[in-house]
Amino acid sequence: MTAKTDVVVLGAGPAGVGAAIAARRYGLSVIVMDEATEAGGQVYRAPAPGLPRDTAETRPGETLRATLAASGALCRLGEIVWSITPLADGAGFRVDSLGEAGPRMVEATRLILATGAQERVVPFPGWTLPGIIGLAGATILLKSQGMAPGTATLVAGTGPLLAAVAAGILKVGGHVAAVVDIASRADWLATLPALASRPALFGRGLGWHAKIRAAGVPLLFGHVIEKAEANGAKLEITLAPVDRTGRLQDGARRRMTVDSVAVGHGLVPASDAARLLRAASDYDQARGHWQPRTDAGFRASLPGLYVAGDGAGIAGADAAFLQGQIAGLSAAADHGCAVPAEEIAALRRSASRVGTVGTAMARLSVPRRGQIAAIAPETIVCRCEDVTRAEIDRAIGEGARDINQLKSWTRCGMGPCQGRVCGDIVGALVAAGTGRARAEVGVFTARTPLRPLPVEALTGVYEYADIRLPPAAPL
Amino acid sequence: MTEVFDIAVIGAGVMGATAALFLARGGMRVALIDRGGICQEASGVNAGTLTLHMTRAALIPHAMRGREMWLDAPNWLGMDVGARSAPGLSVAFTADERDMLEKRAAARREAGAPITLITAAQAAEIELGVNPTILAAAYCALDGHVTAYLTGRAYRQALTVAGVTLFEGEAAAGIARESGAWAVRVGAGCVRATRIVLAGGVWLEEMLSWLGLTVPIRCLINQLVVTERLGPVMRSVLGIANGLLSLKQFENGTVLIGGGWQGRGDVVRGGVEAIPDNLIGNVRLARHTVPALGKARIARIWLGLESETADAMPAIGPLPGVPDAFVVGCVHSGYTSGPFMGRLLADIVLGVAESPHAFNPARLLAAAGSSLQDSVA
Repeated sequence: MTAKTDVVVLGAGPAGVGAAIAARRYGLSVIVMDEATEAGGQVYRAPAPGLPRDTAETRPGETLRATLAASGALCRLGEIVWSITPLADGAGFRVDSLGEAGPRMVEATRLILATGAQERVVPFPGWTLPGIIGLAGATILLKSQGMAPGTATLVAGTGPLLAAVAAGILKVGGHVAAVVDIASRADWLATLPALASRPALFGRGLGWHAKIRAAGVPLLFGHVIEKAEANGAKLEITLAPVDRTGRLQDGARRRMTVDSVAVGHGLVPASDAARLLRAASDYDQARGHWQPRTDAGFRASLPGLYVAGDGAGIAGADAAFLQGQIAGLSAAADHGCAVPAEEIAALRRSASRVGTVGTAMARLSVPRRGQIAAIAPETIVCRCEDVTRAEIDRAIGEGARDINQLKSWTRCGMGPCQGRVCGDIVGALVAAGTGRARAEVGVFTARTPLRPLPVEALTGVYEYADIRLPPAAPL
Repeated sequence: MTEVFDIAVIGAGVMGATAALFLARGGMRVALIDRGGICQEASGVNAGTLTLHMTRAALIPHAMRGREMWLDAPNWLGMDVGARSAPGLSVAFTADERDMLEKRAAARREAGAPITLITAAQAAEIELGVNPTILAAAYCALDGHVTAYLTGRAYRQALTVAGVTLFEGEAAAGIARESGAWAVRVGAGCVRATRIVLAGGVWLEEMLSWLGLTVPIRCLINQLVVTERLGPVMRSVLGIANGLLSLKQFENGTVLIGGGWQGRGDVVRGGVEAIPDNLIGNVRLARHTVPALGKARIARIWLGLESETADAMPAIGPLPGVPDAFVVGCVHSGYTSGPFMGRLLADIVLGVAESPHAFNPARLLAAAGSSLQDSVA
């Protein structure tokens, strides 16, 4: 028998929980799915069992989880969604997943994508060495395990996660070798008006910085990692100054020896589910990322599909919770429930107000023209398939015009991550190399499965006679 | 655009691109037009199987020559596109399948394919990875595989060197006869040529309609599945008696599972999505055939459009009643013979070969009851 529900919410972060509680408020049946075993998303990730849950950092997550639990939404956590297909005649969506119970599926009249963000890393020689992780990866370690990535960590890149990770490492007793920020002090000053509109967030940022300064951690603005080299279990890092466009300058290099690096250059929407469904998407010039096209109610271009939170465009966790509620209310309204317009309008006003900081941070993190130009030829860009910048440039020289053509010519983006990690950078490289706009160069076509799918789990236990063979091919 | 090309080829798949290449090498000024990139549709996303087990019996001699061309790609195409010779096995798990295997092998052997029937034990010697519970197998030494996604890059280089003028990302929207030449509408302008070749694959039906011709072309939405890289689990190209499986491991360790299981899509949107039940069926069949695949993880599933005429035989040659117009393509399991078919069309246009009777486009027009009265001729 096929399981059916009014709404499936994909992702149990703030946007997903917001969507679920709003839809539940109007009586819709809701199933929330997430690959993590507890709700919260990346930002409110639950601490591992045994770690304290009643701290200033963990309390918002606990509240979010309690809200979801009280909503009456059914949760399928620890479950990997690998396929989403539209049902015939626009009747909704079939969602296939794989969890401990094996493969299962559910049919939903409406689907709300709340898949959040993923990290962007502008590659440099050596960035794939062991010991080098993303800033987002470092926050997962800190939040769920209370662990620093190494004994001496260099924190580099751009955006608010820099200070958050550095302060987090100090808090768990780790050592931060330096904080290396491509942005200048002037770039940060330009975000002040946005930050000032959210005193609480601003205050938290100032607190991180106070902690970093108090620990005597060197803070280098206008610098990047030029390269990382392995030296036994250590990493030799070369730092270089850059100009405003991110281009490397001739100035003095600094060398540092650490055993771990956390590096990241902002967030981009995790859009594979929306791309898989071929929902219309646009390149947002200001925030420097592709995002699914949504209306004011966070409806996507397909009937019955909604996208909210960072997955619809980076705006931060607080905005995500509100956007999720708007999407949930839109789903309820489209379902025939009488949702007062003022309820949606009020949420929308709040969402756009609290979203200014996230948006400003996204703008600050957009890879600069010179930063892309500075990626050295020998740098691996696609880490799944070991494709270097030189190979990408050669293919462009031979006439590759868009990102999917480049993929077939070089295997760039063909590996297990399906281009999630490199897609944004490859798009920038193809645009730079061909002189075309990002919108023309396109995005990697998303393919099923959304996550690598174990054959054993998918196929289960069966006999040859159980396989329903289609009619034979012609002789 | 005032230049009048000697010939314009519409459709840059393997057949259209090969035809364009040999037409240019034959001395013609050639325009090659495609709505996307070269070999980006069926020609670049198919399973790349070189097989005589699955090739239609009547095409065996052509497929053998096509296979030779693939293996010789570095010499005529200028790049190794991963074409490798590998033993080909078609296996039977049931008595019915064994009967089918014998019948099909006999028909293909008659057409010239060196296919022999072997025992399960013999098959296990050729392919250690195969399920030992098979009842029998058909064996062909002349099989292999090509890395289909690389071909676009190779063709683009070769075509550029040969002086073919490329119109990539330019969808042809119509054809008209203007003062003794063909005018192919692309974007705001048009490409003029003395002759045209329609090589549109699943889009051929629409292209023929521009000339007032009605020929139904079936569009199959074939599902393909590739695993992550894994250690060696097989060395042959494996299929089953009824033709619904193709299985091979590439040098990089990935295993490609195909066989023509259907997904959703159409000629307008292309291949849109996999059908989960068909995916599970296809992968179960693959795992049953090579049990070691149970340990693999699926990395990616995609869909490619395959075109097929009413009799599942290709159309290659001049269009009857239409001056200076030719067609090439649309054949079931045509990848193996693809380059040969393209070259054959070039030879027909250049006047050094004749259209084989079985491929004559006239038969398809007659079968469809298409009237030439309404055509632009």
